[in-house]
Amino acid sequence: MDLIVPTDRGLYCEAGDFHIDPWRPVGRAVITHGHADHARFGSDLYVCHRLTAPILRKRLGDVAIEMAEYGEILTRNGVELSLHPAGHVLGSAQARVASGGDVWVASGDYKVEADGVVAAFEPVRCRVFITESTFGLPIYRWRPQAEIAAAIDGWWRENAAAGRASVLYAYALGKAQRVLACVDAAIGPIVCHGAIEPINAIYREAGVALPPTRAVGEIADKREFGRALIVAPPSAAASGWLGRFGDYSDALASGWMQVRGNRRRRGLDRGFPLSDHADWPGLIAAIAATGAERVLATHGSVGALTRYLRETGVDARVLATAYGDEEEAAPGETAA
Amino acid sequence: MKAFADLYRHLDQATSTRAKQAAMVEAFTAAKADPAQWASAAWAIYFLSGGKPRQTVPTRLLRRLAVEGSGLPEWLVEESYASVGDLAETLSLLLPESSGDDDVSLDRWMRERLLTLPALDDDARWVRLKAWVAALPHAQRFAFFKLITGELRVGVSRLQVVKALAEVAGVEESRMAQRMIGYGQARRTPSADDFAALVADVDHAEGASLDAGKPYPFYLAQSWQRPLADMEATLGRLQDWIVEWKFDGIRAQLVRRGGDWRLWSRGEELISDAYPDLERLARALPDGVAIDGELVVLAPPPGAAQADSLDGLAPFASLQQRLGRKAISEKTLRELPVALIAYDLLELGGHDLRGEPQRERRARLEALVGDTLAAHGPLPLRLSPEVAAPTWADLAAIREQARALGREGFMLKAREGAYGVGRRKGDDRTDVWWKWKLDPMSVDAVLIYAQRGHGRRSGVYSDYTFAVWSAEEGAANRELVPFAKAYSGLSDAEMREMDAIIRRTTVETFGPVRSVTPTQVFELGFEGIAPSKRHKSGIAVRFPRMLRWRRDKPVAEADTLASLRALLPAGGDG
Repeated sequence: MDLIVPTDRGLYCEAGDFHIDPWRPVGRAVITHGHADHARFGSDLYVCHRLTAPILRKRLGDVAIEMAEYGEILTRNGVELSLHPAGHVLGSAQARVASGGDVWVASGDYKVEADGVVAAFEPVRCRVFITESTFGLPIYRWRPQAEIAAAIDGWWRENAAAGRASVLYAYALGKAQRVLACVDAAIGPIVCHGAIEPINAIYREAGVALPPTRAVGEIADKREFGRALIVAPPSAAASGWLGRFGDYSDALASGWMQVRGNRRRRGLDRGFPLSDHADWPGLIAAIAATGAERVLATHGSVGALTRYLRETGVDARVLATAYGDEEEAAPGETAA
Repeated sequence: MKAFADLYRHLDQATSTRAKQAAMVEAFTAAKADPAQWASAAWAIYFLSGGKPRQTVPTRLLRRLAVEGSGLPEWLVEESYASVGDLAETLSLLLPESSGDDDVSLDRWMRERLLTLPALDDDARWVRLKAWVAALPHAQRFAFFKLITGELRVGVSRLQVVKALAEVAGVEESRMAQRMIGYGQARRTPSADDFAALVADVDHAEGASLDAGKPYPFYLAQSWQRPLADMEATLGRLQDWIVEWKFDGIRAQLVRRGGDWRLWSRGEELISDAYPDLERLARALPDGVAIDGELVVLAPPPGAAQADSLDGLAPFASLQQRLGRKAISEKTLRELPVALIAYDLLELGGHDLRGEPQRERRARLEALVGDTLAAHGPLPLRLSPEVAAPTWADLAAIREQARALGREGFMLKAREGAYGVGRRKGDDRTDVWWKWKLDPMSVDAVLIYAQRGHGRRSGVYSDYTFAVWSAEEGAANRELVPFAKAYSGLSDAEMREMDAIIRRTTVETFGPVRSVTPTQVFELGFEGIAPSKRHKSGIAVRFPRMLRWRRDKPVAEADTLASLRALLPAGGDG
């Protein structure tokens, strides 16, 4: 019998009576991380990593939360539940579920490269692995973070020399803080959009070292924008918020920027392929490291990944979920 | 190759014209200072100005390289290609990282390597390709694959290249445009001398030493798309304008100098050889003449009364049968004879007339055409007739006849205007040639297939096939018959919306193409329509594009084949 099954509310463990990242209200919701498509409003109790709790409170308000550390085992009806680092964003976790000798792991979203900001991904042995596959095509092969950081610095430096503001779009939770942590803050002042600063505070509270950031209102002399790195969520791209910066160059930090067409279609000056998801080699390596005999792939290029795995002898299938249906959305519409 | 790869990357990343300009100026300035780079720079300019990179490696070898190089199954390579939409980019992304440091110049790449490939068999080409790619520095990979796939579009116009080179050389743009004539011609092998000549200082003998057969850069018209009511305010009195029909042929320049003649297309390709029917006309012209006009198929009816009548002017579909033909049979010459409808005189008696007012050039052209026909009898030469009307509104009324006459609309040329270079923005009253085209013909058609786009639209279902009904609603066996493909006319937001609809309504997927449940109707516009044996619908349309998304219209109410046929010109079976 399957320990975890898909239902119309989300992935469900009947033996332990809890859902994992449900998309409709349930009694007990185990949350892998704080992104909106994984942490939704309305459940009675949320179970998550200690560092995800403040993110949930920020997004969902005063909800009931049961916190756990990585590796801590919560037992319920004889089912063991534990959370393990997924390397995606602050507090992100894979959910390991064990019962009667059977072990399942639901990965949530994960990235394999250690980013020096959040706890690095750890493979967990299991019989069945439910994996994300947002970037499940071999064209997605990330360059090392240091190389991308150097490219961002180079762009920022060039703009600053020309007195032009550098507007970098990055998803408010996770990507923005990763960018802040890896750029060279000596180049100029860093300004953060109002949607990003509260998340910065949560990261700092968790002990992550981020360079000093300022709000737009704190810049008195507008000329300072010409040297600044301005970090904003992608939704700010079409808003009047940008009007105040005068001449600016814009860029997006996202895995989708790996393909030129995605950057050009958005009319961006630059695209930096920096992703908080596993790339193709990352997915293949992570899946192999679990030793799983069965793999269930959720959102992304699930068809390609599962077919490839089947051809290498792994029992791999597609699992329909309501997580960011990224293959069907135009690439770049989703934060990645 | 490094310099070229760097320039290519800069141009690809630059989103403003200014930034592209700066990147080219920087690259050409650096090349000018170093004679060792001249030959490679000459190649770079060749490609940037529209010269076709010959496809020296067949696509099947590139696919094999993608599969063998990446170690991935073929279906996964295909899936990746469909997602990226660009073979060169797919190759760059799929092949393993290389640490090569083989820094060969673009000139050597072209002459010693790529251009030698077509003479070899597949096995030999394959061996070379593999070795080259392995030794190629990572940063040059994308530009290299772009070069060998022959898809080197970089988003700069020829005029931008001319401007950048003019700045580097310190000469006028018009002079640079002259120097660049014929530069992007297919099968050329640019050399260091070519680059040196492009960026040289002004030489007083230059005008005279210009290749005797070279045409002048074509002056291009801008499209008038504002309402009739604005014409008086923007353009002034109609009497200040020369109005001519816009003929549906191809733009061409006939140059007669030094006892020889040349015919050039608007793309500055030399096309004299394909039109031997103009030989007698060219020889009848005095030396030192350049005529700008429209090349059309025109078969004068037997015993035509006047030598300057446009009787027998055939639709574009006829001319199309002559385009791109190398071997011209007697039968073709007899059945599809071409003629030049002259509308401007750029040179007379060896003197450049381009600075003279349009009315003056027109007067001299009328005299030249009249004298030539009077002296030599029937020739494939016509004068583009001037259309007269008292007011802009009267002119608009005459324009309505254009379609029945097989013409596209009007050309408006200021009587006092000079002959410019390229497509120019300036004083709307004198510096611009306007084309005032008819609104396109249109039908409401149903979207039935979609294909993922390339370049800027890669990965998005942006190229659509449209169909009309075979019969009226209620008829037995009524079906949708495809008749046109279109991929322009939607905003980026609409395209994303369509993309989602296509994914939702997919019936079948064939590689990059999806068939969909017919749910969407578009008003499809086109410039021309002709019967066609090659299309299932029996009809071919020119320049189809989406004018409007008819969200209000149910699929069942889309147009029929009969409504499409009704648009065919009367008796238009040729």
